[in-house]
Amino acid sequence: MLNEIAASLPFFGIFLTALVYLGALKLQQKTKSALLNPLIISGAVIIIFLLITKIDYRIFIYGKPLEGGRYDGTGAAFFQTMLTPTTVCLAIPLYEKIAYLKKYPLAIIGGILSGALTSVACVLAIGLIFGITQDQYITLLPKSITTAIGVAMAEELGGIPSVTAAVIAFTGVMGNTCAALVMKLFKIKHPVAVGLACGTSAHAIGTSRAREFGEIEEAMSGLSIAVCGLITVVLMSFFAMIPMQ
Amino acid sequence: MKHLSQITIIAAVSFLGELLHYFIPLPIPGSIYGLVIMFLLLLSGIVKVKHVKDVGDWLLTLMPIMFVAPIVGIMGSFTECSKFIIPIIITATVSTLIVMIVTGTVSQALISLRDKKDGDRDVK
Repeated sequence: MLNEIAASLPFFGIFLTALVYLGALKLQQKTKSALLNPLIISGAVIIIFLLITKIDYRIFIYGKPLEGGRYDGTGAAFFQTMLTPTTVCLAIPLYEKIAYLKKYPLAIIGGILSGALTSVACVLAIGLIFGITQDQYITLLPKSITTAIGVAMAEELGGIPSVTAAVIAFTGVMGNTCAALVMKLFKIKHPVAVGLACGTSAHAIGTSRAREFGEIEEAMSGLSIAVCGLITVVLMSFFAMIPMQ
Repeated sequence: MKHLSQITIIAAVSFLGELLHYFIPLPIPGSIYGLVIMFLLLLSGIVKVKHVKDVGDWLLTLMPIMFVAPIVGIMGSFTECSKFIIPIIITATVSTLIVMIVTGTVSQALISLRDKKDGDRDVK
Protein backbone atom coordinates (compact mmCIF):
# COMPACT_ATOMS: atom_id res chain seq x y z
CA MET A 1 0.00 0.00 0.00
CA LEU A 2 2.56 2.61 1.14
CA ASN A 3 4.94 1.12 -1.41
CA GLU A 4 2.52 1.96 -4.20
CA ILE A 5 1.93 5.51 -3.01
CA ALA A 6 5.68 6.14 -2.61
CA ALA A 7 6.34 4.62 -6.04
CA SER A 8 3.81 6.87 -7.77
CA LEU A 9 5.25 10.04 -6.26
CA PRO A 10 8.38 10.93 -8.27
CA PHE A 11 9.51 13.44 -5.64
CA PHE A 12 9.17 11.10 -2.66
CA GLY A 13 12.87 10.16 -2.50
CA ILE A 14 14.23 13.61 -3.35
CA PHE A 15 11.94 15.40 -0.90
CA LEU A 16 12.60 12.94 1.95
CA THR A 17 16.37 13.20 1.41
CA ALA A 18 16.39 17.02 1.34
CA LEU A 19 14.02 17.35 4.31
CA VAL A 20 15.81 14.85 6.56
CA TYR A 21 19.27 16.15 5.64
CA LEU A 22 18.20 19.75 6.32
CA GLY A 23 16.80 18.68 9.69
CA ALA A 24 20.00 16.80 10.56
CA LEU A 25 22.11 19.81 9.55
CA LYS A 26 20.04 22.15 11.75
CA LEU A 27 20.38 19.70 14.62
CA GLN A 28 24.16 19.70 14.27
CA GLN A 29 24.34 23.48 14.03
CA LYS A 30 22.30 23.75 17.20
CA THR A 31 24.19 21.15 19.25
CA LYS A 32 27.62 21.71 17.60
CA SER A 33 28.43 18.05 18.26
CA ALA A 34 30.79 16.31 15.84
CA LEU A 35 29.21 12.97 16.68
CA LEU A 36 25.79 14.11 15.48
CA ASN A 37 27.07 13.88 11.93
CA PRO A 38 24.28 14.95 9.52
CA LEU A 39 25.11 12.06 7.19
CA ILE A 40 24.81 9.41 9.92
CA ILE A 41 21.68 11.01 11.36
CA SER A 42 19.90 11.40 8.02
CA GLY A 43 20.98 7.93 6.84
CA ALA A 44 19.74 6.36 10.09
CA VAL A 45 16.48 8.34 10.15
CA ILE A 46 15.63 7.34 6.57
CA ILE A 47 16.56 3.68 7.12
CA ILE A 48 14.38 3.56 10.26
CA PHE A 49 11.56 5.36 8.41
CA LEU A 50 11.71 2.84 5.56
CA LEU A 51 11.80 -0.11 7.98
CA ILE A 52 8.75 1.18 9.91
CA THR A 53 6.67 2.09 6.85
CA LYS A 54 7.88 -1.09 5.06
CA ILE A 55 8.60 1.00 1.96
CA ASP A 56 11.15 -0.75 -0.27
CA TYR A 57 14.50 1.08 -0.07
CA ARG A 58 14.87 0.67 -3.84
CA ILE A 59 11.75 2.81 -4.39
CA PHE A 60 13.33 5.48 -2.21
CA ILE A 61 16.62 5.36 -4.14
CA TYR A 62 15.66 4.39 -7.69
CA GLY A 63 11.97 5.35 -7.98
CA LYS A 64 9.06 3.43 -9.45
CA PRO A 65 9.69 -0.26 -10.25
CA LEU A 66 9.32 -1.12 -13.94
CA GLU A 67 9.17 -4.43 -15.77
CA GLY A 68 12.26 -6.63 -15.64
CA GLY A 69 13.61 -5.41 -12.28
CA ARG A 70 14.34 -1.91 -13.55
CA TYR A 71 13.36 1.40 -11.96
CA ASP A 72 12.30 4.70 -13.51
CA GLY A 73 15.04 6.67 -11.73
CA THR A 74 12.84 9.21 -9.93
CA GLY A 75 14.28 8.56 -6.46
CA ALA A 76 16.99 9.95 -4.23
CA ALA A 77 19.56 8.72 -6.78
CA PHE A 78 18.91 12.09 -8.43
CA PHE A 79 21.45 13.53 -5.97
CA GLN A 80 23.86 10.69 -6.68
CA THR A 81 23.76 11.58 -10.37
CA MET A 82 25.12 15.01 -9.50
CA LEU A 83 28.18 13.40 -7.94
CA THR A 84 29.93 13.12 -11.32
CA PRO A 85 29.76 16.85 -12.19
CA THR A 86 30.60 17.65 -8.56
CA THR A 87 33.73 15.49 -8.67
CA VAL A 88 34.64 17.27 -11.93
CA CYS A 89 34.28 20.59 -10.09
CA LEU A 90 36.83 19.50 -7.46
CA ALA A 91 39.32 20.55 -10.14
CA ILE A 92 38.39 24.20 -9.44
CA PRO A 93 39.69 24.47 -5.83
CA LEU A 94 42.64 22.30 -6.88
CA TYR A 95 43.53 24.74 -9.66
CA GLU A 96 43.09 27.72 -7.34
CA LYS A 97 45.53 26.14 -4.88
CA ILE A 98 48.00 24.98 -7.50
CA ALA A 99 50.83 26.78 -5.65
CA TYR A 100 50.61 24.09 -2.95
CA LEU A 101 50.71 21.35 -5.55
CA LYS A 102 53.90 22.86 -6.97
CA LYS A 103 55.50 23.41 -3.60
CA TYR A 104 54.76 20.07 -1.94
CA PRO A 105 54.70 17.40 -4.68
CA LEU A 106 56.73 14.96 -2.58
CA ALA A 107 54.64 15.40 0.54
CA ILE A 108 51.45 14.94 -1.49
CA ILE A 109 52.56 11.78 -3.29
CA GLY A 110 54.31 10.42 -0.18
CA GLY A 111 51.32 11.05 2.05
CA ILE A 112 48.77 9.52 -0.30
CA LEU A 113 51.01 6.53 -1.11
CA SER A 114 51.59 5.79 2.59
CA GLY A 115 47.85 6.03 3.22
CA ALA A 116 46.90 3.78 0.30
CA LEU A 117 49.47 1.18 1.37
CA THR A 118 48.30 1.35 4.99
CA SER A 119 44.72 0.81 3.85
CA VAL A 120 45.34 -2.41 1.90
CA ALA A 121 47.81 -3.65 4.53
CA CYS A 122 45.18 -3.13 7.26
CA VAL A 123 42.61 -5.12 5.29
CA LEU A 124 45.18 -7.88 4.76
CA ALA A 125 45.88 -7.98 8.52
CA ILE A 126 42.18 -7.98 9.40
CA GLY A 127 41.59 -10.72 6.84
CA LEU A 128 44.32 -12.93 8.28
CA ILE A 129 43.26 -12.30 11.89
CA PHE A 130 39.58 -13.07 11.28
CA GLY A 131 40.13 -15.84 8.74
CA ILE A 132 37.75 -14.46 6.13
CA THR A 133 37.35 -16.00 2.66
CA GLN A 134 39.15 -14.75 -0.45
CA ASP A 135 36.07 -13.05 -1.90
CA GLN A 136 35.33 -11.32 1.42
CA TYR A 137 38.95 -10.11 1.56
CA ILE A 138 38.76 -8.69 -1.98
CA THR A 139 35.42 -7.08 -1.08
CA LEU A 140 37.09 -5.11 1.73
CA LEU A 141 40.32 -4.14 -0.11
CA PRO A 142 39.00 -1.00 -1.93
CA LYS A 143 37.33 0.43 1.18
CA SER A 144 39.12 3.78 1.20
CA ILE A 145 38.58 4.75 -2.43
CA THR A 146 35.73 6.36 -4.30
CA THR A 147 32.72 4.09 -4.89
CA ALA A 148 32.89 3.99 -8.68
CA ILE A 149 36.50 2.71 -8.74
CA GLY A 150 36.07 0.50 -5.67
CA VAL A 151 32.98 -1.31 -6.89
CA ALA A 152 34.50 -1.81 -10.35
CA MET A 153 37.65 -3.32 -8.79
CA ALA A 154 35.63 -5.62 -6.50
CA GLU A 155 33.68 -6.81 -9.53
CA GLU A 156 36.79 -7.35 -11.59
CA LEU A 157 38.77 -9.26 -8.95
CA GLY A 158 35.92 -11.38 -7.60
CA GLY A 159 34.59 -9.54 -4.53
CA ILE A 160 30.97 -8.81 -3.60
CA PRO A 161 30.25 -5.39 -5.19
CA SER A 162 27.16 -4.49 -3.11
CA VAL A 163 29.05 -5.10 0.13
CA THR A 164 32.03 -3.11 -1.18
CA ALA A 165 29.67 -0.18 -1.81
CA ALA A 166 28.36 -0.49 1.75
CA VAL A 167 31.86 -0.67 3.27
CA ILE A 168 32.98 2.35 1.24
CA ALA A 169 29.97 4.37 2.44
CA PHE A 170 30.57 3.25 6.05
CA THR A 171 34.28 4.16 5.78
CA GLY A 172 33.42 7.59 4.40
CA VAL A 173 30.96 8.35 7.18
CA MET A 174 33.50 7.20 9.75
CA GLY A 175 36.22 9.46 8.34
CA ASN A 176 33.80 12.36 7.99
CA THR A 177 32.72 12.06 11.62
CA CYS A 178 36.14 11.53 13.22
CA ALA A 179 38.28 13.87 11.08
CA ALA A 180 38.23 16.88 13.40
CA LEU A 181 39.03 14.77 16.47
CA VAL A 182 41.84 12.80 14.78
CA MET A 183 43.55 15.96 13.46
CA LYS A 184 43.43 17.50 16.93
CA LEU A 185 44.61 14.38 18.77
CA PHE A 186 47.51 13.69 16.41
CA LYS A 187 48.42 17.34 15.91
CA ILE A 188 47.90 17.25 12.16
CA LYS A 189 47.61 20.97 11.57
CA HIS A 190 49.01 21.86 8.17
CA PRO A 191 46.00 22.37 5.84
CA VAL A 192 47.68 20.33 3.09
CA ALA A 193 48.20 17.38 5.47
CA VAL A 194 44.64 17.65 6.82
CA GLY A 195 43.20 17.60 3.30
CA LEU A 196 45.33 14.65 2.20
CA ALA A 197 44.35 12.69 5.33
CA CYS A 198 40.62 13.32 4.75
CA GLY A 199 40.61 12.40 1.06
CA THR A 200 42.95 9.41 1.28
CA SER A 201 41.12 7.78 4.19
CA ALA A 202 37.52 8.71 3.37
CA HIS A 203 37.34 9.61 -0.36
CA ALA A 204 34.56 12.05 -1.38
CA ILE A 205 32.66 11.85 1.92
CA GLY A 206 35.85 12.88 3.70
CA THR A 207 36.29 15.65 1.13
CA SER A 208 32.89 17.14 1.94
CA ARG A 209 34.20 17.42 5.51
CA ALA A 210 37.54 18.87 4.33
CA ARG A 211 35.58 21.61 2.55
CA GLU A 212 34.27 22.71 5.94
CA PHE A 213 37.84 22.98 7.25
CA GLY A 214 38.99 25.29 4.44
CA GLU A 215 39.81 25.79 0.77
CA ILE A 216 43.30 24.26 0.82
CA GLU A 217 41.98 21.23 2.73
CA GLU A 218 39.22 20.80 0.17
CA ALA A 219 41.60 21.08 -2.80
CA MET A 220 44.06 18.55 -1.38
CA SER A 221 41.30 16.16 -0.33
CA GLY A 222 39.80 16.29 -3.83
CA LEU A 223 43.19 15.54 -5.31
CA SER A 224 43.58 12.57 -2.95
CA ILE A 225 40.36 10.96 -4.22
CA ALA A 226 41.81 10.70 -7.70
CA VAL A 227 45.43 9.86 -6.79
CA CYS A 228 44.58 7.42 -3.98
CA GLY A 229 42.01 5.74 -6.24
CA LEU A 230 44.57 5.19 -8.98
CA ILE A 231 47.33 4.02 -6.61
CA THR A 232 44.91 1.60 -4.94
CA VAL A 233 43.93 0.09 -8.30
CA VAL A 234 47.57 -0.90 -8.79
CA LEU A 235 48.12 -2.03 -5.17
CA MET A 236 44.90 -4.04 -5.17
CA SER A 237 45.88 -6.06 -8.20
CA PHE A 238 48.85 -7.37 -6.23
CA PHE A 239 47.21 -7.65 -2.80
CA ALA A 240 44.23 -9.55 -4.22
CA MET A 241 46.62 -12.39 -5.13
CA ILE A 242 47.64 -13.00 -1.51
CA PRO A 243 45.81 -16.17 -0.44
CA MET A 244 43.66 -15.86 2.69
CA GLN A 245 43.64 -19.41 4.02
CA MET B 1 22.51 32.94 -18.86
CA LYS B 2 25.73 32.92 -16.84
CA HIS B 3 24.61 29.80 -14.95
CA LEU B 4 23.42 28.08 -18.09
CA SER B 5 26.82 28.39 -19.75
CA GLN B 6 28.53 27.18 -16.57
CA ILE B 7 26.23 24.16 -16.39
CA THR B 8 26.96 23.44 -20.05
CA ILE B 9 30.73 23.49 -19.53
CA ILE B 10 30.54 21.25 -16.45
CA ALA B 11 28.12 18.87 -18.18
CA ALA B 12 30.34 18.77 -21.26
CA VAL B 13 33.39 17.81 -19.19
CA SER B 14 31.36 15.17 -17.29
CA PHE B 15 30.16 13.81 -20.63
CA LEU B 16 33.70 13.71 -22.02
CA GLY B 17 34.85 11.86 -18.90
CA GLU B 18 32.10 9.28 -19.34
CA LEU B 19 33.00 8.93 -23.00
CA LEU B 20 36.62 8.16 -22.06
CA HIS B 21 35.42 5.66 -19.45
CA TYR B 22 33.31 3.98 -22.14
CA PHE B 23 36.21 3.58 -24.55
CA ILE B 24 39.13 2.93 -22.19
CA PRO B 25 38.97 -0.53 -20.60
CA LEU B 26 40.20 0.55 -17.14
CA PRO B 27 38.24 0.62 -13.87
CA ILE B 28 38.51 4.41 -13.74
CA PRO B 29 35.15 6.21 -13.53
CA GLY B 30 34.16 9.05 -15.83
CA SER B 31 34.17 11.49 -12.93
CA ILE B 32 37.92 11.01 -12.39
CA TYR B 33 38.69 11.51 -16.09
CA GLY B 34 36.43 14.57 -15.89
CA LEU B 35 38.35 15.97 -12.91
CA VAL B 36 41.61 15.63 -14.83
CA ILE B 37 40.11 17.16 -17.99
CA MET B 38 38.68 20.12 -16.06
CA PHE B 39 42.04 20.65 -14.33
CA LEU B 40 43.85 20.63 -17.69
CA LEU B 41 41.29 23.04 -19.18
CA LEU B 42 41.82 25.45 -16.28
CA LEU B 43 45.59 25.02 -16.44
CA SER B 44 45.72 25.76 -20.16
CA GLY B 45 43.43 28.77 -19.73
CA ILE B 46 40.86 27.42 -22.19
CA VAL B 47 38.35 27.55 -19.33
CA LYS B 48 38.70 30.34 -16.77
CA VAL B 49 37.75 29.85 -13.12
CA LYS B 50 34.99 32.47 -13.48
CA HIS B 51 33.43 30.36 -16.26
CA VAL B 52 32.62 27.52 -13.84
CA LYS B 53 33.01 28.94 -10.33
CA ASP B 54 29.40 29.74 -9.32
CA VAL B 55 27.83 26.45 -10.34
CA GLY B 56 30.94 24.58 -9.14
CA ASP B 57 30.70 26.12 -5.70
CA TRP B 58 27.00 25.39 -5.57
CA LEU B 59 27.58 21.72 -6.42
CA LEU B 60 30.46 21.37 -3.94
CA THR B 61 28.34 22.87 -1.16
CA LEU B 62 25.61 20.34 -1.90
CA MET B 63 28.04 17.41 -2.01
CA PRO B 64 27.20 15.79 1.37
CA ILE B 65 23.54 15.30 0.46
CA MET B 66 24.62 13.22 -2.53
CA PHE B 67 25.84 10.52 -0.14
CA VAL B 68 22.51 9.99 1.64
CA ALA B 69 21.16 7.61 -1.02
CA PRO B 70 24.30 5.39 -1.10
CA ILE B 71 24.22 5.18 2.70
CA VAL B 72 20.56 4.11 2.67
CA GLY B 73 21.61 1.64 -0.05
CA ILE B 74 23.55 -0.28 2.62
CA MET B 75 20.08 -1.74 3.44
CA GLY B 76 20.34 -3.79 0.26
CA SER B 77 23.34 -5.76 1.49
CA PHE B 78 22.37 -6.30 5.14
CA THR B 79 22.24 -10.09 4.68
CA GLU B 80 25.51 -10.29 2.74
CA CYS B 81 27.22 -8.02 5.29
CA SER B 82 25.97 -9.96 8.31
CA LYS B 83 28.07 -12.95 7.18
CA PHE B 84 31.29 -11.13 8.14
CA ILE B 85 30.06 -8.13 10.02
CA ILE B 86 32.89 -7.94 12.59
CA PRO B 87 35.70 -7.69 9.98
CA ILE B 88 33.55 -5.16 8.09
CA ILE B 89 33.07 -2.95 11.13
CA ILE B 90 36.75 -3.10 12.10
CA THR B 91 37.80 -2.33 8.51
CA ALA B 92 35.51 0.69 8.30
CA THR B 93 36.33 2.07 11.76
CA VAL B 94 39.81 1.14 13.02
CA SER B 95 41.61 0.91 9.69
CA THR B 96 40.04 4.16 8.45
CA LEU B 97 41.38 5.98 11.48
CA ILE B 98 44.82 4.39 11.02
CA VAL B 99 44.90 5.45 7.35
CA MET B 100 43.90 9.00 8.31
CA ILE B 101 46.58 9.22 11.01
CA VAL B 102 49.33 7.73 8.79
CA THR B 103 48.51 9.94 5.78
CA GLY B 104 48.29 13.09 7.90
CA THR B 105 51.44 12.40 9.89
CA VAL B 106 53.58 11.33 6.92
CA SER B 107 52.54 14.26 4.74
CA GLN B 108 52.96 16.74 7.57
CA ALA B 109 56.48 15.43 8.24
CA LEU B 110 57.37 15.76 4.54
CA ILE B 111 55.89 19.28 4.50
CA SER B 112 58.03 20.37 7.46
CA LEU B 113 61.11 18.96 5.72
CA ARG B 114 60.28 21.00 2.64
CA ASP B 115 59.59 24.13 4.71
CA LYS B 116 62.88 23.77 6.57
CA LYS B 117 64.81 23.50 3.36
CA ASP B 118 63.22 26.70 2.16
CA GLY B 119 63.23 28.60 5.38
CA ASP B 120 59.89 30.23 4.58
CA ARG B 121 56.56 29.12 5.98
CA ASP B 122 54.02 29.88 3.32
CA VAL B 123 53.45 29.56 -0.38
CA LYS B 124 54.62 32.47 -2.44
